[in-house]
Amino acid sequence: MAETSRGLMLEEPLIFEQDSPGLCGVDLPEPPLVIDRLGGLERQEAIGLPGLSEPAVVRHYTRLSQKNVGIDSVFYPLGSCTMKHNPRINEKLARLPGLADIHPFQPASTVQGALELIDLTAHWLKTLTGMPAIAMSPAAGAHGEFCGLMTIRAALEDRREKRLRILVPESAHGTNPASAAACGFTVDPIPATARGRVDLAAMKAKLGGDVAGLMLTNPNTCGLFEDEILEIAEAVHQAGGYFYCDGANYNAIVGRVRVADLGVDVMHINLHKTFSTPHGGGGPGAGPTVLSAALAPFAPLPAVVHDDRGFRLVEHAAQSGAKPCGRLKGYHGQFGVFVRALAYMMSMGADGLRQASSDAVLSANYLLAELASELTPSFAGPCMHEALFDDRFLKDTGVTTLDFAKAMIDEGFHPMTMYFPLVVHGALLMEPTETESKDTLDRFIASLRGLARRAKGGAAASFKAAPVHTPRRRLDETAAARTPVLRWRR
Amino acid sequence: MSKTYFTSEHEWIDVEGEIGTVGITDYAQHALGDVVFVELPALGKTVAKGTETAVVESVKAASEVFSPASGEIVATNDAIVSQPGLVNEACESTAWFFKLRLSNPAELNGLMDRPAYEDFVKGLE
Repeated sequence: MAETSRGLMLEEPLIFEQDSPGLCGVDLPEPPLVIDRLGGLERQEAIGLPGLSEPAVVRHYTRLSQKNVGIDSVFYPLGSCTMKHNPRINEKLARLPGLADIHPFQPASTVQGALELIDLTAHWLKTLTGMPAIAMSPAAGAHGEFCGLMTIRAALEDRREKRLRILVPESAHGTNPASAAACGFTVDPIPATARGRVDLAAMKAKLGGDVAGLMLTNPNTCGLFEDEILEIAEAVHQAGGYFYCDGANYNAIVGRVRVADLGVDVMHINLHKTFSTPHGGGGPGAGPTVLSAALAPFAPLPAVVHDDRGFRLVEHAAQSGAKPCGRLKGYHGQFGVFVRALAYMMSMGADGLRQASSDAVLSANYLLAELASELTPSFAGPCMHEALFDDRFLKDTGVTTLDFAKAMIDEGFHPMTMYFPLVVHGALLMEPTETESKDTLDRFIASLRGLARRAKGGAAASFKAAPVHTPRRRLDETAAARTPVLRWRR
Repeated sequence: MSKTYFTSEHEWIDVEGEIGTVGITDYAQHALGDVVFVELPALGKTVAKGTETAVVESVKAASEVFSPASGEIVATNDAIVSQPGLVNEACESTAWFFKLRLSNPAELNGLMDRPAYEDFVKGLE
C-alpha cells in the first residue's frame, strides 16, 4: 500500500518560522478615537504573533492535520488501547445544540435533558456491569483508578483501619501502581505464572491485615482472562481488603460477563475505549467508575439524583446523606463523551454490544492463529481481545521489536504496543478490535508475515533504516529523552 | 579486600568493611537499553533490604532498583543523574548508584557470588 501512495510529503515549518512581519489575514480600519481607560497599563512591546495570510494559515494547519496518523486513517492495533472506529452518529448527536451549547452553571431546571442523559448513561453502565453504584465524574482511565482507590481509602478510614499496602500483579496495567502510589499506598507486586496469569499462591502469601486491596486487570495485559478471579476476589475479601478491577480491557467481556459476579468492588470503565468515543489525541476520555454496595457510600460528588421534582445534582456531602471521598473534577464529568457513549450503547443495543465483544475476541484470535507460524505467541491460545507475541522469532536476526515496529509503519500500519507487558521479552501486543474487517486483518497478517520472513532472511539493515516512507526517519529517542528541547526559541 | 554479591533482580553490592556500594549489572543495563533517567535516594535515608531505593529509566521501560541490603544511604553518585548514559558505559564500576552503611551484614549471605549470578543469567537466556 505504502508503495503506491506516498506523494506530497510536504515539509512544514513551525508557524512562527513562517512569520512575515506585518502580514495579517484581515485588514481592519484604524479604530475611531477611543478613550483609553487602562491607566498606563497598555502593552509596550509587540505581542509576538507571527504575520501570515489567511491561506497560509489554513494550509499550515491542514498540512499538520494530514501528518496525523489515527484510527480514521490507518489500522491502529495498539494493544490495551481499544482503538476502535468511532461511529459518526455519536459525533452528530454530541453536536446537537441542546447538548453542545449548555453550561455547567445553568440552573438544573434548564438542563433536565442533559442530567437525564447522564443518569441514563449511568443506568446502562450499572446494568452492563451488574454493579449497584457509579461515579460518573472521573475524566479518564487513570482518573477512574484514582477515584476507586480514593473510595477504598475513605472506606478504610471509615472502618478506622490503617491498611496501606496495595497488591498489583505484573500483568496489570502500567498505570495501576502509579495510581496506588498517588493515593498514598505502597505497591506490592505479585508475579505472573508461566500461564501469564496471577500467581494465586504468591498473592495469598502477600495478603495480610495491612493490605487495602488488590488491583487486577481482567482480561489482563497478556490478553488472557484471569480464570481464578473468583478465588482471588474471595481471598482478598477474606483478608479484609477491597478488590479493584481495571476495566481498560472491558471491551473483551461486555455483555458476556457481569463484573459484579466476579466479586469486584470497584472498576473504572474507559468510555473512550470500550464505548467508541475518540481518544489518543482525539479528545477527552471519561472513566466512570462502578462501585459495589460496600464502596457506594464513599463515591465522589457530584451525583445526579432523580426525585419527584426531576433531576438535580447533589454537590455537597450534607445533601448526599453518604460519606463521599471528595470531589475529583470541577463539574460532573465529560458530558460530551457521555453523549457519544450513550449514543453507541443505544444504537448497538444489548445484542449488538455482546456481538461486538465476541467479534473483538474473534479478531484477536484470528491474528494469534494466523501469525503463529511466523511470530512467537507468548502464551497458548485462545486469547481474549488482544494477541501477545514476544521477540523469540527475532532471535539472532539482529532485528529488535523496535525495528520491527518501525518497519510496520512503512507497511502502512500504526505499530502495535511494544515492550509491554514487561512479563514477556520484547513484547508485541496487538488489539485489532471488532471494527476491522477480515480484509484489513488479512492484509495486516500478510504484511507481518512478510516482515518476519525478511527479518529471518538477514535483512536487518533495512529494518534498522525503517521507517523510510514517513515525513521524518528514525528519531533519536535516546537524545530526545536525555536532552529534550521543550521550548521553541526564536 | 572487598567482596561483591549479586541479587536475582540484577543489582550488585560491593562490600568493604561496613560500607556497601550498589549498582546494576551489565545484564540489567543491556536489557534496559539506553538509560535516560536515574533517580537516587536522599542521603541519610534508611532503607530495608529488598525495598525500592532508586529508579532507572530507559527508552524502553522504567525499572526500580532494590537495595540488596539494609542500611543508611551515605553517598549517591550524582554523575549518573546528570549523565544517565554512564550507566550503559560503566554500570559495574564508576556508574554505581549509592553507598550504604550496612545495618545487618548477615543479610548478604542469601545473595549470589559472581559465578552463581553468571549461572543464573545463563538460565534466563
